Amino acid sequence: MSDDEASKRPGVLATVFAPAKGLLEEVGTLADLAFHAVLWGARPPYRVSLVVTQMEFVGVQSIFLVGLVGLFTGMVFAVQTVYGFRRFGAENMVGGVVALTLSREMAPVLTAIMVAARAGSGMAAELGNMRSSEQIDALETMAVNPVQYLVVPRILAGIVMVPVLALVFFLIGIGGSWAIGVWGMSLDPGIFADRIKTMLVPADLTQGLIKALVFGFTVTLIACRHGYYASGGAVGVGQATTRAVVWSVVAVFLIDYVITSMLTTV
Amino acid sequence: MLDSTDAHVVVEGLVKRYGDRTILHGLDMTIGRAETLVVIGGSGAGKSTLVRHLIALERPTAGRIVIDGTDIASLSDVQLAKARRRFGMVFQKYALFDSMSVFDNVAFPLREQTKLSEKDIREKAMTKLKELGVDHAASLMPSQISGGMAKRVGIARALVMEPELLIYDEPTSGLDPVTSRTVDALIEEMRERFGVTSVVITHDMVSAFDIADRIAMLIKGRVVALGSPAEVLAVDNADVQGFISSSGVDVKRFEHRGNRKTAAELAARARERKAGRAE
Repeated sequence: MSDDEASKRPGVLATVFAPAKGLLEEVGTLADLAFHAVLWGARPPYRVSLVVTQMEFVGVQSIFLVGLVGLFTGMVFAVQTVYGFRRFGAENMVGGVVALTLSREMAPVLTAIMVAARAGSGMAAELGNMRSSEQIDALETMAVNPVQYLVVPRILAGIVMVPVLALVFFLIGIGGSWAIGVWGMSLDPGIFADRIKTMLVPADLTQGLIKALVFGFTVTLIACRHGYYASGGAVGVGQATTRAVVWSVVAVFLIDYVITSMLTTV
Repeated sequence: MLDSTDAHVVVEGLVKRYGDRTILHGLDMTIGRAETLVVIGGSGAGKSTLVRHLIALERPTAGRIVIDGTDIASLSDVQLAKARRRFGMVFQKYALFDSMSVFDNVAFPLREQTKLSEKDIREKAMTKLKELGVDHAASLMPSQISGGMAKRVGIARALVMEPELLIYDEPTSGLDPVTSRTVDALIEEMRERFGVTSVVITHDMVSAFDIADRIAMLIKGRVVALGSPAEVLAVDNADVQGFISSSGVDVKRFEHRGNRKTAAELAARARERKAGRAE
């Protein structure tokens, strides 16, 4: 190996700390984009029609998928809980336990993952394509701030629609668990409903909705970040889309733990 | 040499580095009001990087770009957005918005930057599409038209605001020779009618010698020749001569451009028109 090649090789410390440096850069870029989104979101013009279009994309177009996943999640949960609780004769608790799990965890987390997979990937691909075909540069040269025009409506749509979708997930999930528990596993419908009423308190739903709101912001921000700063043509757009989904899912679980720790008193 | 009062764009010591790669090595040039400066050079010479700096899509590593006496790198986002209303850019890859029809693409800057009625916007956008010969495609989406048509729509969108500074990134690439000359004529027309300052990046040497007041030749991020077409032809530099001779352009073409108005005459006319509008 020549001296020149050896001098270009990264040092041991640089290699060891490269992932940490990459993570810090990623967080920095996300914070910068979030800051600009807040700044430009507060400034007129307020592009209501673009927000409505994105709400339709994030929310309305995801309802069927989210509802379907919610239905099967509720059904699976009912089967597993009845199976487990029957061992010590506590199957009457199934309605309440399923409602608690769905409202506090499953509905916001799985909804956010569904939105990341469907809408987040779409956003990253669309913005990445706009970046590589110079459409984002074109917006800038026409005195239109691209963050205000492209990023703000998507983030607002995420903040509004992910909680709505989580609520849909929760309601359909409860319906699915009731159908399996009552019709399939002969649980008493009155007790099932009563346990939901007594065990589920407004704070459970609030925690779920707060999580969904934060996830909506995070997932759309990460999707926009990867699309907006995509480079490298078609390959780059593909990688940006993959990274958007992977990082969104990781961020959802990480933030879920943080919020749960903050809002749950054991 | 340009009179400093006629300078529209001044590039001073422009350096651009990406990591340890230097793309522009301290460029200096002045572009006069109503002048057409054509920037030529091989691939990777830094032409696109230069124009991206002119419209503040990139920030210089060192040096500055002064437009109308203001260093554009020092402007805030809001000030820059205001300044950009006086710029127009024709992109190499057309940069048409996929989600809008051809008509909406051309109407977009009018809707964003003016308070014109929808009727006036329609009239202006359709006039511009007609001038470029693509009015029949107004209702189509960008994915439904050919590359040449998309290029013309991109030009129509840049021209519809009648900007003071127009930057063209390869305006004739991908066009047939007849359409290319139509585009050249349009660039000339914008200069003649509105006193527009134009910076044109091109590989098309016929176009360069047809429309240029001055030509700047970039090689590896450095200006190796800057002057009128005749001066550039006379430059004693093997790279410059090699580039021109290999392009196959008939250098006698531009000898017939005697009736062209000078940039100074057009700038004076543009100033009078601006003063008239202000009154």
